[in-house]
Amino acid sequence: MTSLAGCLLLSAILFAVGLAGALVRRSAILVLIGIELMLNAANLNFIAFWRYGPNPEALTGMMFVIFSIGVAAAEAAVGLALIIFLYRNKRTTDIDRVNSMRG
Amino acid sequence: MTWIVRNLWLIPALPAVAAGLSSLAKQGQRKFAASLAIGSMGVALVFSLFAFFHVLSSIHSGGPAREVFDFSWLQYGSDSLKLGWMLDPLTAVMLVMISFVGLLIFIYSTGYMAHDENFTRFFCFLSLFAAAMLGVVIANSLLLLFMCWELVGLTSYLLIGFWYQRPAAAAAAKKAFITTRIGDLAFLIGMVWLYSQSGTLLFYDGGAGCMEQSAIAHMVAQSTAAGMMVSTAIALLIFAGAVGKSGQVPLHVWLPDAMEGPTPVSALIHAATMVAAGVFLIARVYPLMSANGEIRAAMSSTTQLQVVTWVGAITAVFAALIAVAQNDIKRILAYSTVSQLGYMMMGLGVGGVAVGMFHLITHAFFKALLFLGAGSVIHGCHDEQDIHRMGGLKKLMPITFATYAIGMLALCGFPLFFSGFWSKDAILHAAQEWSVSRVPFYLGAFGALLTAFYMTRQVCYVFFGESRLSESMRHSNGAGSAPLYERSATPHESPAVMTMPLIILAACAILLGIIGTPAWPWFDRLLNGQPATVDGSRFYEAGVLSVMLLSSAIVFVGLGLGWWFYGRKPIASADAPDAVEELQPQIFRVLRNKFYVDELYQATFLRFNAWLAQVSDWFDRWIWNGAVRAVSYLVLGLSWVARSTDAYVVNRGFDEGCKSARDGGRLLSHMQDGRTQNYLRVVGVAFAVLVVFLIWGGSR
Amino acid sequence: MLFSIFAILTVAGAVAAMSFRNLVHSVLALTFAFAGLAAIYLLLGAQFVGLAQILVYVGAVAILIVFAVLLTRDDGTAPRSILSSSWKESAVVVLLVFGVLAWTISRSLVFGQGGGSLPRDVSMQEIGNALMQRFALPLEIVGALLTVAMIGAVTIAVNEKEERR
Repeated sequence: MTSLAGCLLLSAILFAVGLAGALVRRSAILVLIGIELMLNAANLNFIAFWRYGPNPEALTGMMFVIFSIGVAAAEAAVGLALIIFLYRNKRTTDIDRVNSMRG
Repeated sequence: MTWIVRNLWLIPALPAVAAGLSSLAKQGQRKFAASLAIGSMGVALVFSLFAFFHVLSSIHSGGPAREVFDFSWLQYGSDSLKLGWMLDPLTAVMLVMISFVGLLIFIYSTGYMAHDENFTRFFCFLSLFAAAMLGVVIANSLLLLFMCWELVGLTSYLLIGFWYQRPAAAAAAKKAFITTRIGDLAFLIGMVWLYSQSGTLLFYDGGAGCMEQSAIAHMVAQSTAAGMMVSTAIALLIFAGAVGKSGQVPLHVWLPDAMEGPTPVSALIHAATMVAAGVFLIARVYPLMSANGEIRAAMSSTTQLQVVTWVGAITAVFAALIAVAQNDIKRILAYSTVSQLGYMMMGLGVGGVAVGMFHLITHAFFKALLFLGAGSVIHGCHDEQDIHRMGGLKKLMPITFATYAIGMLALCGFPLFFSGFWSKDAILHAAQEWSVSRVPFYLGAFGALLTAFYMTRQVCYVFFGESRLSESMRHSNGAGSAPLYERSATPHESPAVMTMPLIILAACAILLGIIGTPAWPWFDRLLNGQPATVDGSRFYEAGVLSVMLLSSAIVFVGLGLGWWFYGRKPIASADAPDAVEELQPQIFRVLRNKFYVDELYQATFLRFNAWLAQVSDWFDRWIWNGAVRAVSYLVLGLSWVARSTDAYVVNRGFDEGCKSARDGGRLLSHMQDGRTQNYLRVVGVAFAVLVVFLIWGGSR
Repeated sequence: MLFSIFAILTVAGAVAAMSFRNLVHSVLALTFAFAGLAAIYLLLGAQFVGLAQILVYVGAVAILIVFAVLLTRDDGTAPRSILSSSWKESAVVVLLVFGVLAWTISRSLVFGQGGGSLPRDVSMQEIGNALMQRFALPLEIVGALLTVAMIGAVTIAVNEKEERR
């Protein structure tokens, strides 16, 4: 297995794990953690392709990841603010119990 | 064309207008209705006299005896249906007779119907009848004649059933109409056939009319499928119409029942005029009957004239026999009328137009006189009509008795002074010389004997002896129409308005004889369009005197027999049996029951008719009605199918569609359960699908 | 070799993060996974990104999550499952996604590539140049985004009960 394939595989595994955590666990915070993990897996993917891709001098992959990290941070902040707000209203972070927005 | 011929239509038109105006009059406007009727009839009489004198002068100056006025009525394509009227001697004498007798009867009716509340309606119908009858005699077209003929039948129905609240009167009117209808049907068929054969219905049209030589010759030359000549067949069909209208056997059954109408009606319609219309019709189409264009009977008689003669002779005797045994004063006169009509037909058959028509004219006067006299008797006896309950009226109603006696002697044919003698004599003379057979002569003689006999019987019952009217108080019968409390025991003479016409008619009954004697055959020559001369030596022509003596003898024998049975001993009481009845009860019963002809008709034709009516009713109820119902059910079924299609198929389909949309929406809305992880799952699945799609799509 | 070790450590940390009941333990394991990823970045020659990873993720995001965990504790709750009620369907979906990704990687053409080293190291100057020149606009946008996110987070999470008093 080459490094690129290994990186990609690792990225895939991390993505799957993050998705599993987001989908399977009850707590809202863990959903957020899973999402962070998924974002990191995507970042890894980008770096791997930057490193082993056709044009590493262009720095495109690396730039993308820098921005991605920044956006992820912002998103984590807002998400956690939402969770705190949810906790304040519903007294729980169990997203199984939070289904009043049903159709 | 002279003024009178051009305006001959006024004569029937005036009474018609009078009828129309009277129909609008209220019940109380009696004077108005009566004066309209009498006035219009008077003017019609004046015009008729104009016409008569015009014809006379035309004959004496050697001009044409017959003038016609034709016009086209209906135009179809290049053809047209023509109508017209004519003025010839036959028309002229009929016009004068009808308007004169009619006027007298109208005047009489103002007295007779004075107590009736439907006075105006009566005069309206009378005027209409007069108009129709006058129309019949002036018609130059068989179609016009037929139309007026039907109108005459209609007014006869209206007048017979004048007192329609009485079921007997309503039934009699219906019987009259239906019986004459049977004859009229044959008449119509004959008329249509004649039209198809000759192409015109005008009698005289300058050579092209259907009674003129060319048309007659054409019809004589053709034969029907049965081998009969076409002219004979048509003539017999038209004669059938006359049989119905003039009450010959077998269609005589309506005439005695028609006595349910008021007596003036009986006098005018069923004695003088309407029943004479049948005789007049045969006289009018005589060129067809004799098939050679002549109006004298030739030596060799045609088939149709033989039929006419035999029917007439049989009717004369048949009706006279029945009259012997009747008890109602008007029924006796009715059967007498039927008998005399038979004589007229016989006269037409054996002797020609003049012979038959002369008896018609004289009969009109004395029969009208007799009927009006009977009306006077009925009026005086407070609506009693049974001769057994009358009597002694010679002293109590002298004027009525005198005029009635004159009429009775005229009817019997009392020699020399009375018109009936001369007219009946002419018939018997012609019958004696008939080339085909002597039997009608013997039948005619026998009939004359019977006539004298039954008239004597009637006069003895009604006028001689003591009054039996008081006995009617002890019996409640339905003979009269007045309730019991109105009858008093003493009859009284009628008012002048009723006796004056009687006197006038009696004078005519005597005087008319003069114009028909062999010495001065004025009437005969008139109808032939020639002037007449007085020649006493004609009495000594072959057969004339012998017949005169024979008929006189017959009359005396009849009068004597009648006096023997009924006049010798005064009739004891109303319940005493009839003298002849005592002698021969079986025969008398048969005669009184009119030879059971009505019962025979009831058992055969009427039952068949009723059965046919039931079959038609069944047909109508089940077949036609069933078809209509089937169609309506079909429509209902179709509408039910449409409705259920709409309700169950369309609606349900639509509803199902909506429901599935709703359910689909509800189903899909379950996906939106507000649970975040479900949404994320969907995103994951979508992501996987997208990747697969891209990879596969990309690799291809 | 080194790569494999770091890879295994990262995966272990990730799995542990998803498995612990106690949320703080879970965050710590996450931090561990972030660190592992940073090491891999360094191995791959992306030094700036790796260090940025540690700075931002480990230093900020993880701490933030800890704060949130501590603020949203529920006390004395009944022992119930840590798993969501629909975890079986989720497992299927996860396996599906992983299967698709793995299959994609295995089928792809990249198996023949890689292995070589960078021709030269990437200097900070280059990154800075790129940020200021080529990626200036994204830089500004991300700056605005961060501002808005900060404002938004504060607005959402501010305790409104204080205002009512």
